[in-house]
Amino acid sequence: MSQSIIRVNQLHKSYITGSNSLHVLKGLDIDIQQGEMVSIMGSSGSGKSTLLNILGILDNYDKGEFYLGDTLIKDLNEKKAAWYRNKMIGFVFQSFNLITFKNAMENVALPLYYQKVSRKKRNRIAMEYLEKVGLTEWAHHLPSELSGGQKQRVAIARALINNPKVILADEPTGALDTQTSYEVMELFHEINRSGITMIIVTHENDIAEKTERIIHLKDGVIEKEYKQNHSIRYA
Amino acid sequence: MIDIDKWQEIFHTLKQNKLRTTLTAFGIFWGIFMLVIMLGAGSGLENAVYANLGDFSRNSMFIWAQQTTMPYKGFPRNRQYYFEYSDKKALEQNIPEIEIVAPTVNGGGYRENTLLVHRHKKGNFNVLGKTPDENFIDPVILEYGRFLNEFDLKLNRKAVLLGYRAYEELFDKDENPINKYVRLNGIYFQVIGVYKSKHSGGWGENQNSQVWIPFTTAQQVYNYPNRVDHFSIVVKPEFEVKPVEGKVMAILAKRHKIHPDDKGAFGYNNVGEEFKKMNGLFLGIRGLIWIVGIGTLLAGIIGVSNIMLIILRERTVEFGIKRAIGASPRKIIGSVLSESIFLTTISGISGLMIGVFIIELVNNALPPESEMFRNPEIDFQLAITALIIIILSGMFAGIIPSRRAVSIKPIEAIRSEN
Repeated sequence: MSQSIIRVNQLHKSYITGSNSLHVLKGLDIDIQQGEMVSIMGSSGSGKSTLLNILGILDNYDKGEFYLGDTLIKDLNEKKAAWYRNKMIGFVFQSFNLITFKNAMENVALPLYYQKVSRKKRNRIAMEYLEKVGLTEWAHHLPSELSGGQKQRVAIARALINNPKVILADEPTGALDTQTSYEVMELFHEINRSGITMIIVTHENDIAEKTERIIHLKDGVIEKEYKQNHSIRYA
Repeated sequence: MIDIDKWQEIFHTLKQNKLRTTLTAFGIFWGIFMLVIMLGAGSGLENAVYANLGDFSRNSMFIWAQQTTMPYKGFPRNRQYYFEYSDKKALEQNIPEIEIVAPTVNGGGYRENTLLVHRHKKGNFNVLGKTPDENFIDPVILEYGRFLNEFDLKLNRKAVLLGYRAYEELFDKDENPINKYVRLNGIYFQVIGVYKSKHSGGWGENQNSQVWIPFTTAQQVYNYPNRVDHFSIVVKPEFEVKPVEGKVMAILAKRHKIHPDDKGAFGYNNVGEEFKKMNGLFLGIRGLIWIVGIGTLLAGIIGVSNIMLIILRERTVEFGIKRAIGASPRKIIGSVLSESIFLTTISGISGLMIGVFIIELVNNALPPESEMFRNPEIDFQLAITALIIIILSGMFAGIIPSRRAVSIKPIEAIRSEN
């Protein structure tokens, strides 16, 4: 019934720094089904960020295969990559990465700007998504006037606005306090229930535990991987 | 369609550091401003010089008789001879390049004045015997009456054409002089017209103080039965003046028994060559202006380019985020380029406008008959050229930074913050 949204076969990636070559990913095999909520854990240097960048088509890989849905993502030119990012993937970053001179609504609407949606229409849609994350009243505030949690929710609304298949979150709670972190995770679950695949990179155990499946990376390979029972998901 | 987001971005970036933006813009402003001012000044100088030349036929030469410098055919050197009216026909028939040969005789000798009297007013003026062709060589403006014509010459009419200064001295203000009589060398001449010189400065004043009578009449009045003081020769437009010069001298030498190599026997002035030199000079000045102007502008462009690179550094993260959420490289290039073009266009156009404004100011402050400087101007075509240069320079200034912007991988851009 379910099908793969992300399929990675024998993925290799090295960084070349000067004369040294750093082999970061050493033949990864990952299969993520549509609608799954997965967390990727690992200490720094384990390759989890690199993996996320490749999955987000922000970076190239050297060897192996990476299918996004049915499409092989390999050696895309920047224009194509930008198109897939825009259509398929939503990003949530640790440092929120909102555009400082645009208000919350305009930030949420930005991906639609690149799809050439008219300003009026994209702002209307942006308001709908801000409502979903509960920030309607803050729509016309600049990021500098928002709290960390609010900023992250704006970023999540921005990630959602173009109906992505996958949301990639890089340490989404890294800059938030525990209470806010849990609220953000709550929001992620809600999004996940609507059928969007969530991939969360984190090093916090309590965050990872709120997902269905945890993949542990170590030195560029999968160390362990397990699913967990989520009967007590919403404690 | 106006893209609000794009403009919001441009203004935001430029407002980030107002001093820096202003200083950068000043580079372009100054480049265009200097170019406009210098071109205006150049055109002022050029206009002044050409105004001095009037509508003088640019394809002409003068030749007058001097003393011979070589003995020839039994004649000694230092012999004074004169051209004759029949030389005109000989030149016209033997040199096909020639369009007009116009003789002039100086009444009473070279720059000798003659007394003219009209009722109780009188004055001394330089009287010249001219032909109707004169008006094709060095045209004048007729204030009253008509120019000399063929009948004046054929009938040896006692007709006189007054220069404007002569008219002013001999007649009351606004008095119509036509058909009135002035006494010239004791003989009454009928005034047929009054002319104003097209030349500015000393040349014009000199011409305005002359009095012209029919060439044939002058020969009689001053008792020069067969004498021409100088010929003005116009060459057909398709020919150069320089080669005709030699042919003219050869024919005149033969007719007046002058040694073929005796160049000193002739005085001549090649107006065509003078014009060429002048044109060359102004071409040089204009060339220099453009080199200096473009150089200054280039410094401004490099300034903009540099600042764009610095702005880029500050905006690396922003570009990274934008690309992560789907901005194509073209969008990024477009945003950097439009910023650069916007900055240069605004500063360039203000440079252009202020430059033109100052030139207009100078133009209005100048006395209208100024000899050194006249009508400095920037024509429409030049303004358009400057505008195109401005926009091109904006693009040029944006190219390197925009290339740099897309060469950064989005992930590196986002990471560079952490």
